[in-house]
Amino acid sequence: MTILRTQNIHKNFGGVKAVDGVSIAFEPGKITGLIGPNGSGKSTLINLLTGMTAFDNGLIYIGEHTRLDHIHPYDLPDFGITRTFQDIRLFEQMPVLDNILIVITSRNVLGALFEKHKKYHLDIAEKVLRQVGLWEKRDCLAHDLSYGQRKLLEIARVLALNEDGGEVLHTILFDEPFAGLFPEMIKIVSETLCLLRSQGKTVVLVEHNMDIIRELSDHVIVLDSGQVIAEGTPAHALSQASVIEAYLGK
Amino acid sequence: MEYLIHLAILFAIYVPLAVSLNLVVGYTGLLSVTHAAFYGVGAYATTLLVVNFGWGFIPALLVAMILSGLLATLFGLILSRFRDDYYALVSFGFNIIVYSILLNWESLTRGPLGIPGIPRPEIFGLTFDSNLSFLILALALALTVYLVSAGIVKSSLGRVLKGIREDEKVLAIFGYNTEVFKLVIFGLTAMMAGLAGGLFATYITFIDPSTFGLNESIFILAMIILGGMANLRGSVIGALFLILLPEILRFVGFPSDIAAQMRQVVYGALLVLLMLYRPQGLLGEYKL
Repeated sequence: MTILRTQNIHKNFGGVKAVDGVSIAFEPGKITGLIGPNGSGKSTLINLLTGMTAFDNGLIYIGEHTRLDHIHPYDLPDFGITRTFQDIRLFEQMPVLDNILIVITSRNVLGALFEKHKKYHLDIAEKVLRQVGLWEKRDCLAHDLSYGQRKLLEIARVLALNEDGGEVLHTILFDEPFAGLFPEMIKIVSETLCLLRSQGKTVVLVEHNMDIIRELSDHVIVLDSGQVIAEGTPAHALSQASVIEAYLGK
Repeated sequence: MEYLIHLAILFAIYVPLAVSLNLVVGYTGLLSVTHAAFYGVGAYATTLLVVNFGWGFIPALLVAMILSGLLATLFGLILSRFRDDYYALVSFGFNIIVYSILLNWESLTRGPLGIPGIPRPEIFGLTFDSNLSFLILALALALTVYLVSAGIVKSSLGRVLKGIREDEKVLAIFGYNTEVFKLVIFGLTAMMAGLAGGLFATYITFIDPSTFGLNESIFILAMIILGGMANLRGSVIGALFLILLPEILRFVGFPSDIAAQMRQVVYGALLVLLMLYRPQGLLGEYKL
């Protein structure tokens, strides 16, 4: 059974082959670490998988029956996929609470204008904001949060989507969620990842910190220059000669 | 007294213009400089239907609003290919196109001569002949537009519009087809501008293209920037301020031979000062 996989997917930027024929399958219900040196194509791959960037050719399979040669970003929640961003993308000049509500309220114009279930939405928002310790900050603008709080707000946004469409959402792509966090915040984020795994979600984790990768991931995929150079359990993949070479040079 | 009523009517005509443009620029973050085009289409459509076809005020106004909305939807489809500065420039272009058509399609619009003798509104046998009665009508319609806009802003839809302004691509990731939202709000606000156009035409009883050029779009934009982006009350205050300010400057007592120019200078200087010291406008919640 596959939940999300790519087949020979390509993306060039000018002459640079950012993603060069990647065929991978993410294991359902596991945490897959996606690692590789800077510029190896990790974030680009995430962008291709989420429709942020169109891919040149190749196919993406979602579940057993969906086969796509392009992805509209707005279909992602229906496909059961969501993500966070390496460069933290929040709705800056909006309150923290609205940053959460917006991902769970109605997606069509009339539905949004005559919104029902306000209490239900607020309850979800309160729950996930408490989970990441931002409930007290709900009326602050996202813009005014500290760096770490902003990272946590992105995590909370994913959690809210998970609460709301729990049965639909199956795959969450985290693009460097730990970067630059204090230890206590790292704890919140890694607990979140494990919680999602325990709920049977497929988690993809882009990360540079090898200790975190070893600790959390069940499976590791290593990219270099847009290609998969190694794959397997963390212990196996990280000990490959090609991987060590890619990170440290010859 | 007549003079004050006149100013109040102008205010009531500009409130829907400013409030609706704020929905587009302040909330949704689309820097549209073509609002006067929809204002003009509303004014001309209402006028032509009333004068040439003898339609009643209400049906003419409704059709004029729909025409403005449809035109905006068409423009919006093209504008959806542009962002930021380019969006503003292209919308600029649309205003110039509409203005040129009003000016040059002489068989329909009489071009620069304009259309005189537009009758005052008549609703269910009630004619809004006196300025006071017209003021009541205009205020009622302005209030309606304000309340509809306030409803939009308070609903989840208002939050979605702000989300488009903040990060359209991320909003899309969370399942919103943002193009649809942008088209809807653009069309809806153009209908509000069309309504203001119909009011203006039947108040002044004469229209010509010069009222609906770029200057007018920029004037409305100045109202919402001054009053404050993403704040509806700000737009009302902005409209009030920019209508009253030139009038107040009449009483400053500049020497009569340079009075008109001096008023323009003071007016411009006040705008510059405000932007320097309060860039988000009087009540604004959002900076460009």
